[in-house]
Amino acid sequence: MKKLSEHFSWRTYILFIAALIAAMLLCICVGSVNIPLGDTVTALWNSLWGMEIPTGISKSIILNVRLPRVLNVALVGAALSLCGAAMQGLLRNPLADGSTLGVSSGASLGAVLSLALGITIPGTAYGGTMVMAMLFAFLSLAAILGLAYTLDRSLTTNSIILIGVIFSMFASSAINLVISFAEDHIKSITFWTMGSLSGTNFSHTRILAISVLLCGGVILRYARELNAFAIGEDNARHIGVNVKGVKLIILITVSVLIGVCVSISGTISFVGLVMPHMARMITGPNHKRLLPASMFSGAIFLLLADLTARTILRPIELSIGVVTSLVGAVAFVTIFYRTRKAR
Amino acid sequence: MQMLKGNHITVRYGEHTVVDKMSFELHEGQWLMLVGPNGAGKSTLIETISQGVPYEGSIELEGTDIRRYKPAQLARKIGVLSQKNSVGYGYSVEEVVGLGRYAYTSSFLSARDDEGRDQVERALALTGLTELRRSSVLTLSGGELQRTFLAQVFAQNPQVLILDEPANHLDLVYQKHIFSLIAQWLKEPGRGVMSVVHDLGLARRYGTHAVLMNHGKCEAHGKINDVLTPENLRSVYDMDVYAWMQEMLEQWQ
Repeated sequence: MKKLSEHFSWRTYILFIAALIAAMLLCICVGSVNIPLGDTVTALWNSLWGMEIPTGISKSIILNVRLPRVLNVALVGAALSLCGAAMQGLLRNPLADGSTLGVSSGASLGAVLSLALGITIPGTAYGGTMVMAMLFAFLSLAAILGLAYTLDRSLTTNSIILIGVIFSMFASSAINLVISFAEDHIKSITFWTMGSLSGTNFSHTRILAISVLLCGGVILRYARELNAFAIGEDNARHIGVNVKGVKLIILITVSVLIGVCVSISGTISFVGLVMPHMARMITGPNHKRLLPASMFSGAIFLLLADLTARTILRPIELSIGVVTSLVGAVAFVTIFYRTRKAR
Repeated sequence: MQMLKGNHITVRYGEHTVVDKMSFELHEGQWLMLVGPNGAGKSTLIETISQGVPYEGSIELEGTDIRRYKPAQLARKIGVLSQKNSVGYGYSVEEVVGLGRYAYTSSFLSARDDEGRDQVERALALTGLTELRRSSVLTLSGGELQRTFLAQVFAQNPQVLILDEPANHLDLVYQKHIFSLIAQWLKEPGRGVMSVVHDLGLARRYGTHAVLMNHGKCEAHGKINDVLTPENLRSVYDMDVYAWMQEMLEQWQ
């Protein structure tokens, strides 16, 4: 394992990119109607260069249904995993992530409230939902960390997780309450609690891509500071990191990114918790390598999870969160036991 | 040359006053020992210098209030080795030591830190960690971890070194090793050391000056031999420290 992390280099990136492309092609080909790989590649290639697509190829399934969904799934997976990796470094806590800390539930509460109360931003389709999701993601994070801090000043794993879990329950019951009063305005409750990317389109892709680019850029820029935090917050202060400033920037960025994802896909748990761990096994804990690796592995994992959700009980489509939670719960327990034993 | 000066520093946790109007001075070439019983407020006083706890009063670094320095500026002047060091993830020794250069390369467009690489190499060599540079910090012993963080603070190349129990958890060999390393470091011009030390023997052996603290207050301040007198120690520790030291020594004769 050590050797792998020492030799992590452009070769690893090429492997990640190849795996990502393979996963995306697989997800476009397989579904309720299976499409031959050759047709998929031809359709994608020709449309990329503005060429005519030969008749006989299911153009609209490939380009209008599966491609946007696959891109959105990959972007959401990359974003959630990146957020998880950043939080685990910042809080020096291998169990931190948007869902364990209750940030995702907070964000969906914001989104559901905006739909129920009809909060919109004029001229945008989902602006109101998105901003409310981001705002609530940040408020939840601030509330959880604030409460944990008053409980014990060193912000230990246990108190954060405990308060995160309690907060998640609170947010979920609030979501259910809002939905039961405003059912006609709001997509089904399972969408917000288990997540789904079916029916998303290219306008979502655009928003996700811009958010991942901007927020991802900010988080990657702070890779060194995240290393310092992961070693210890006091140590970070001693070596000259602007502890409060950096923490606030990263928390806000993570909240924005989680808010955008939740407003489009609902809450998808465990991606941000588990994938950074897998990535860490390959790259080691250094965030300069860990953050990009987490994005790739998050994207690939969520693509496969989405594929499983679509195909395993055909023609019934499961929520993507059912699959990630099943895999994630097992991984969560394993990780928890391993970190406990390591102490 | 005066390096560090504390003026009437007071720290309160709620109703409880932990540090009470403490003042001190550190000049070039001095090793100032903070001595006193448990709960005297020594570590808290150290924390104020690294801006880790809110305090009243002021601390001056080369005549300027320390609060006016940016974090990276301060880190280039003051290096801190704290008492509780543990690492949650398996970073290599080299990565942890290399982070000591953060303050020199933190800006977005900073140049390559070639001098820094030398500093890191020297720090690793000085602390005897060159062989362990690729090891995960999770596999180190307590003493090796302490040396790793000492190497980090050396790589930081500060002018003032602040140490909280630097020999904590170290066996005699490494206690001696680390104290000699720091004494060696102090010999370069423009440097000063301030440290919390419980072992009065070590304080006396390596310190040039001392502050004796009790219940958050300063009981004595000055040259080491003027501060660590039998009378001062007896009043603070509430026991005859000299007699106890003699008795311990007799065990070996």
